[in-house]
Amino acid sequence: MFWQKRKPSDFNAEVEAHLALEVERLKGQGMSEEEAQSAAQRSFGNVTRAQERFYESGRWMLWDTLRQDIRYGLRGLAKSPGFTAASILTLALGIGATTALFTVVRSVLLKPLPFKEPGRLVRVYEQSPDGKSPFNWIAGGVFAQWKKQSRGFSDLALVAPWMQYSLSGAGGQLPEKVRAAECSWNLFSTLGVKPALGRSFSAADDQLSANATVVLSWGIWQRRYGGDPSIVNQTILLDAKPYAVIGIMPSWFTYPDSSIQLWTPVYHEEKTEEIQAIDSHDFTAVGRLQPGVTREEATAELSVITRRLHDQHLDNPFVSKAANSRPLIDGMVGDFKTPLYVLLAATGCLLLIACLNVASLLVARGAARRRELAIRAALGGSRWRLLCEHLTESLLLSAGGGGAGILLANALIQWFIAARPDMSRIEAIRMDGWVAVFLLGLVFACAFFASLTSSVSLRGGEILSSLQESSRSHSAANARVRLRQGLLIIEVGLTVVLLVGAGLLLKSYERLRTTDLGCVTRNVLTMRLSLPEAKYGQGAQRVSFYQGLLERVRSLPSVQGAGLVRVVPGQGYGGDSGFAIAEHPPLPPGKGQNAIVRWADPGYFKALGIPLLRGKTFDENQQLDQAREVIISESFVRRFFPGEDPIGKHLLTIGHRSFEVVGVAGDTRFQISEPVQPMMYFPVYANLLTGVPPWATLAVRSDHDVSSLALPVQKIVQEFDPELAVGDVLTMDQVIGKSTLDAGFDATLLLAFAVFSLVLAAVGLFGVLSYVVAQRTIEIGIRVALGARKADVLRLVVGQGMIPGFVGLGLGVIGALGLTRFMSSLLYEIEPADPATFALVSALLIIVALFASYIPARRATKVDPMVALRYE
Amino acid sequence: MSTQDQERLELLQGTLDLLILRTLIFGPQHGQGIARAIQQTSADELLVEHGALYPALQRLESRRWIAAEWGVSTNNRKARFYRLTKLGRKQLVRETTKWNRLTQAIGRVLTNSES
Repeated sequence: MFWQKRKPSDFNAEVEAHLALEVERLKGQGMSEEEAQSAAQRSFGNVTRAQERFYESGRWMLWDTLRQDIRYGLRGLAKSPGFTAASILTLALGIGATTALFTVVRSVLLKPLPFKEPGRLVRVYEQSPDGKSPFNWIAGGVFAQWKKQSRGFSDLALVAPWMQYSLSGAGGQLPEKVRAAECSWNLFSTLGVKPALGRSFSAADDQLSANATVVLSWGIWQRRYGGDPSIVNQTILLDAKPYAVIGIMPSWFTYPDSSIQLWTPVYHEEKTEEIQAIDSHDFTAVGRLQPGVTREEATAELSVITRRLHDQHLDNPFVSKAANSRPLIDGMVGDFKTPLYVLLAATGCLLLIACLNVASLLVARGAARRRELAIRAALGGSRWRLLCEHLTESLLLSAGGGGAGILLANALIQWFIAARPDMSRIEAIRMDGWVAVFLLGLVFACAFFASLTSSVSLRGGEILSSLQESSRSHSAANARVRLRQGLLIIEVGLTVVLLVGAGLLLKSYERLRTTDLGCVTRNVLTMRLSLPEAKYGQGAQRVSFYQGLLERVRSLPSVQGAGLVRVVPGQGYGGDSGFAIAEHPPLPPGKGQNAIVRWADPGYFKALGIPLLRGKTFDENQQLDQAREVIISESFVRRFFPGEDPIGKHLLTIGHRSFEVVGVAGDTRFQISEPVQPMMYFPVYANLLTGVPPWATLAVRSDHDVSSLALPVQKIVQEFDPELAVGDVLTMDQVIGKSTLDAGFDATLLLAFAVFSLVLAAVGLFGVLSYVVAQRTIEIGIRVALGARKADVLRLVVGQGMIPGFVGLGLGVIGALGLTRFMSSLLYEIEPADPATFALVSALLIIVALFASYIPARRATKVDPMVALRYE
Repeated sequence: MSTQDQERLELLQGTLDLLILRTLIFGPQHGQGIARAIQQTSADELLVEHGALYPALQRLESRRWIAAEWGVSTNNRKARFYRLTKLGRKQLVRETTKWNRLTQAIGRVLTNSES
């Protein structure tokens, strides 16, 4: 029922008028003024009650009460600015951090991919025959069979995602290295995406004989071509070859990740024998399931096709036996699930600690107002109303914390995006409706939690007993102290869990960073060179380029050594190849050996400080087809030449050519977090399977700060070839940093959370102890008067703080033992129950607790018994 | 309702609405006038606490059975006058019929001494 709300003043006026009329009438009947007044009042009844009933009529009471509570709450909070500021900041910290991480989790892990029906998209893999890689890359020949025979997929697309081109041309702009992906013509249609301008590939473009075409990403179109639509149908130069731009993809589109700036047709780019090979796993694939077909069914079908192919080539040990798959989103972000959820859980802990702190502050505040509340209760204020008021106050604090928290969350998200360029779907991170709902939920949850846990002191009997209690007795105060100590125990426990987590991650990160890669890493500069086929088609041209470059670079002052290698240690797997040992008996059919392949110049090992344990390095004069030497790593010897001298033996590999083992090099890791694998080094001047390698990494070692050499070295490259772009100019420390980026980030963030929570817990402890001392001042005064020494007082006070501290520590240790199990996938060579970390955290906590107890304890010892006893 | 005088009849809730509507059929009246009218017309049998009239008046006003506006009384005093609306008239007819049926039915049960 909605009617125009009458103002109470209007109603009061009516009542007044009513009484006046009645008085008139009674006076007309002969009563005096006073008699008439009292008779009129009597016959009216309770005026106040009538006014109250009018006021309460309708459903406005709820809104009215709320407004009143908000007004009083704001006034009360404004009167204690210290408490208000502390609470809002604490809550802002917790809410902001949790919201920021939830935004990341929602955007990266939970939000569906922006493609058509993304739930039907599947990443397909081969299972490696030795079972070590269940999600192995795919061979082009196997893919061709899948495409031909599979019925479970409505579309399958092939992708080669690790391509790079030297982009040049169009009006004298500097050449640059761009990351690109080669794909089959139907990739975009499989994903269900149309280009923003122009067209995407057709089947005709995706052939060796077709004209070269390229599709640009929105980013590079804006950046390099100024968003000029006329670039479509123009030609650009990739690796000095002309490509026609046929289309531009939309701004939100990235596949397989946001570093890819352009796409070219894979069947046009790859050589026939490479794309038809069934044992060379160079590609990835994505497919769209037919309606009504499950992923398991479609994958099983692919496994059957793969197995058939394997059985037709039993002599080839590198053909897979089965296929595998997972949803596309898992393929893209699967690696980030555990770390992100661990971080989210950590922010949850931080938020809980913040709420506990605020609850504790509210308890203290309630103590200060207990007389006021008692009087209100005595005057008839219902306990329900008092609770509502308490809740409203908490809601105001929580809303303030939420408002400030949004700003903090925004800043955190921006920092996150800047600090983690390695994260998939980073372009999708933004706050959306779900985040807003989550934030509101947090605000309410915090308010409810804080107010309910602190409202114990509003228990009915306690309120009235406050009126009776004098300062000497403190039964209600005791309950409050116990409550605050209880909250403190939980706070300390959560802090310990966070500290242990942070400690483990830090230790793990430190272990990772200091892992020996097997080479010198200080003051080493690396850069990627790739020689375009148009200008360096001949092996001899490449060799002379490499040799000339190395000579020039080595002649620079302050260069201690320079070398060329496929990829430097720590930069990644590179690639591997099968081989056989000529002097050993042949392996049974279907069994194969493979090792990581590297190509290097003769001076590489010395340049990077990799020891040659046996034999010697390559002969510089052996080039092209005459280069027949190979150097193997220590673990290669251990695995494949156990107990014999490999020097002089021969490896059969790469087109069944024979290479003589001339040296054994020390082990190097291809990735800092991965165990050592056997490696074989071929001369970079040799004609390998596809001729002299057209790309390599230049490594330069200096005796001092090597970044000063970056420009001079690049200038030398420019002198040799002005159109050649170098890529990935990084020092070795930066290379290691990139590969340990996620570990370092997780450790840093968790450490920040742990430190914050430690500070909050310390502040909480300080608050509780100050409260205890204030409550028990009289008792302490009596004890001192009766002969207690300073040490006794100290023990009394510190005990009040340390007991919850120890209990909390114990609970926290148990909790940590149970919970750190979940982050074991983030730990490198550390046990989740690492005793050193636990011991360190415990010691740290006890020290901090003692520190926090110091000031209140000192205050207690300064209590003058005369002053204390006089206080009432 | 008044608890002072047990001899006076206590009004059932809802019948007060009926009485007010009936009183207003004679023309607009203010709160005090309505109270007096009920008292007088019932020959002082029904004693209505004046203050308790107002919730009923508010209820009737919210249902748009009566409408109110400020006016001037016979002796030049300000008062808020209530009048019957068309809807109110219809409601009065309905309520009166219901009341009559109720009282007749009760009366029949009470005078039936055979069963």
